[in-house]
Amino acid sequence: MDMNEIKEIFFQECEEQLAELESGLLKLNDGDRDPETVNAVFRAVHSIKGGAGAFGLDDLVSFAHVFETTLDCVRSNRLDPGPEVLKVMLKSADVLADLTNAARDGGSVDEARSRQLIKELEALANGEVPQVSAAPVEPVAAVAPPPVNDEGFQPVAFSFDDFEADEEPPLMETPTYEIVFKPKSDLYAKGNEATLLLRDLSRLGEMSIHCDMGALPTLDRLSPENAYFFWKISLKTDKGEDAIRSVFEFAEWDCDLEISLVEDEAVQSGEELPMQPVPFDLSILDDEPAVSVGVVEEEEQLAVQQQEIRNAAVSAAGTASNVLQMAQSAARAPAEKSTPAASAAAQSAAAQQAAASAATPTIRVDLDRVDRLINLVGELVINQAMLSQSVVENDTNGTSSINMGLEELQQLTREIQDSVMAIRAQPVKPVFQRMSRIVREIADMTGKSVRLITEGENTEVDKTVIDKLAEPLTHMIRNAVDHGLETPEKRVAAGKSAEGTVRLTAKHRSGRIVIELADDGAGINREKVRQKAIDNDLIAADANLSDEEIDNLIFHAGFSTADKISDISGRGVGMDVVKRSIQALGGRINISSKPGHGSVFTMSLPLTLAVLDGMVVTVANQTLVVPLTAIVETLQPEASAIHSFGSNQRLISIRNSFCPLVDVGRILNFRAIQANPVEGVALLVESEGGGQRALMVDAIQGQRQVVIKSLEANYTHVPGIAAATILGDGRVALILDVDAIVAASRGQSLKPEMSLAAVG
Amino acid sequence: MTYAAKNLTDGRELIAFRVGAQEFCVNIMSVREIRGWTPATPMPHAPPYVLGVINLRGAVLPIVDLSARLGMTPADPTVRHVIIVAQVKSQVVGLLVDAVSDILTITDDKIQPTPDVVSSEFEKSFARGVLAIEGRMICLIELEAIFPQEEREAA
Repeated sequence: MDMNEIKEIFFQECEEQLAELESGLLKLNDGDRDPETVNAVFRAVHSIKGGAGAFGLDDLVSFAHVFETTLDCVRSNRLDPGPEVLKVMLKSADVLADLTNAARDGGSVDEARSRQLIKELEALANGEVPQVSAAPVEPVAAVAPPPVNDEGFQPVAFSFDDFEADEEPPLMETPTYEIVFKPKSDLYAKGNEATLLLRDLSRLGEMSIHCDMGALPTLDRLSPENAYFFWKISLKTDKGEDAIRSVFEFAEWDCDLEISLVEDEAVQSGEELPMQPVPFDLSILDDEPAVSVGVVEEEEQLAVQQQEIRNAAVSAAGTASNVLQMAQSAARAPAEKSTPAASAAAQSAAAQQAAASAATPTIRVDLDRVDRLINLVGELVINQAMLSQSVVENDTNGTSSINMGLEELQQLTREIQDSVMAIRAQPVKPVFQRMSRIVREIADMTGKSVRLITEGENTEVDKTVIDKLAEPLTHMIRNAVDHGLETPEKRVAAGKSAEGTVRLTAKHRSGRIVIELADDGAGINREKVRQKAIDNDLIAADANLSDEEIDNLIFHAGFSTADKISDISGRGVGMDVVKRSIQALGGRINISSKPGHGSVFTMSLPLTLAVLDGMVVTVANQTLVVPLTAIVETLQPEASAIHSFGSNQRLISIRNSFCPLVDVGRILNFRAIQANPVEGVALLVESEGGGQRALMVDAIQGQRQVVIKSLEANYTHVPGIAAATILGDGRVALILDVDAIVAASRGQSLKPEMSLAAVG
Repeated sequence: MTYAAKNLTDGRELIAFRVGAQEFCVNIMSVREIRGWTPATPMPHAPPYVLGVINLRGAVLPIVDLSARLGMTPADPTVRHVIIVAQVKSQVVGLLVDAVSDILTITDDKIQPTPDVVSSEFEKSFARGVLAIEGRMICLIELEAIFPQEEREAA
């Protein structure tokens, strides 16, 4: 495994840690004072710092370090995580995310911002708590994992030469502490390393260590996941007990630690305990760890100990998945420099880690592979349908066993299809989490106080939909805070709380995902929207519009009600872009607004982009699919409702308004003359430009979910056709591009020169 | 010249097929598979030689009537017709032909230059040479010339 791959894993984990950090901070912001939440936040920053250190990402390390120091003050109850503190912390989390992204993609970071935050963080750490000398500053906090080399890790070599070397130095006035450090297996599982802790401890003063291996079972009973050793340390230091505790602070949840002040001679305690002291030379640890395999043929116990240390070294390099991947690649390429022993150690460490994280085992898979699988399953479904059809056609006397087998096959394929689709499904959580950052930033810029409430973040939807959701959602959130919510003063004047609320909700409803964005702001100012629309010639000055119609005007291009153009929104490229991207996803968007009470935007999106809800219709003996999202209603035209208009146009009257009729068969050149509308069915569609058209088709076959297939891959873009699909009989059906058809009916011909060629 | 220049090795395999009364061949390396005719879904605004699209194991495959494309009588596809699935650059297309006759192994020196009688620029552009085998005349065609980029754009 090369460095880049390891780095990539690190960044993937950073994303998880950042998400953890943000959700933890938000929990604290909501008044959660659970120490475990604080710890989780602290750990997240700490692991990012550790990993970043290993890769030499100095900017990231130094920022994370300051952040960590301040967080530590919170953790040790020296700093109260009030709203002001959390505001700084949330901003710091954003900067940390920026720095991580910059380190990954080489982008730039707003340095002034990060410097400012560093100052604020330091002020928090120092200002509120003057006595911070015990705070973990340099050596203690900076327990970075050992440098990671090309093989992913290096075993730490130990020399056991000087077994009897440790002599007790003469006692001085400095107090002596007796420390019993008993790691639990979790300590190693979480990537901490006992040896590094001991090394840090040794920096505090003169120290002697005794390792108790009494609990070590024989090799056949040895479980590599357990921690068997504990250390009895006597340390002469004048730095005090707090300094000792701070060494262990990252590990304090995962070990038993006893620290006691020893008065005098009693320090020489080794003899009292029925254990074999194995002192070892810690100075070696200060050197760069060197690869050394020769030591393996030591005594059995020592080998075991080495193994344990190696495990610790390995785990220090990353979390479970990290190790897993390293171990996998080490196993895959044993020929590479890594020694068999090393890879074996890595594997057992991996097994250990895998067992530890068995709660929710996940794998990362290339999206392409999943797509290929989905394609194949789509084929299977079609094939199965074809098979059923031909059996039905040929089956004269109805052999029940074949029918039963077919039914089972049908059920199985459907189950497989569902499961495969579920692989791509992911919770909307990451997008929602990103939104809380947007809210913070906009609130900051506008000087408003905003609270974002998210619900249903575990609602799952296809990954492609999630990816495309972020942009329109960001836009709408910005609008909601910038336009929707009033300033705190106005809110108070209106009898509301000064803090505005934005509520983001996701839920499943009838096979679609519905995302709702509600604010408790002023609602849409209809008078203003109306006036603006008149000014922009969108509507006539005396037009009589319903409230709903007025609200929908904001989706027009170039429409903005903001009085002044701000950095955030109001440049008139807002809601029309949102609507278009939602529609591109096969979704719909609705507004409902109550003056004085806020607005609700409701988006309804398909769960996947691979499948489309379509109306299957017949046109000139061809089967076509019309996306259901475009269809407003279907109707059977009556002769009295059809009116000729000009030379060859026809209009249909629907509830006293006239809508142009478009013969799909004619416009696609499937027939030379227009069909008689009375013999067909009209699909009332609404296009992008807002215009309505009645599309004439010959008959409706039914409504069906179809799998979308690209036409462009092997052919070319066809005007008027969005894509293709494959029907149950194995034939290709074309999916209509309603917008293009409507545009063509406005006079923009689909492709005049080719039409002529095709007719001839 | 690209076609010949690319293959100046000794010996290559060609797939020979019949369109109307004439025989043609293409490099076997561009051929993915050979399958029977299935009804195609017509495409709107397609050039006359594009019969439509069929489903090739989940992919949408356009079918070109080679007879019409080469300026001969358009085919009236039946179940006896054959589709040669060929890779042309990054795209996969189906060629409707009357029948596949055989696989030829030839060396480059067997390829004679196209006779100086071709009537149109178009025929010049797709014919890469002719082969004389057992008294038959087989025309080597270049697939890329049959679907020049601009033609497909227009389609």
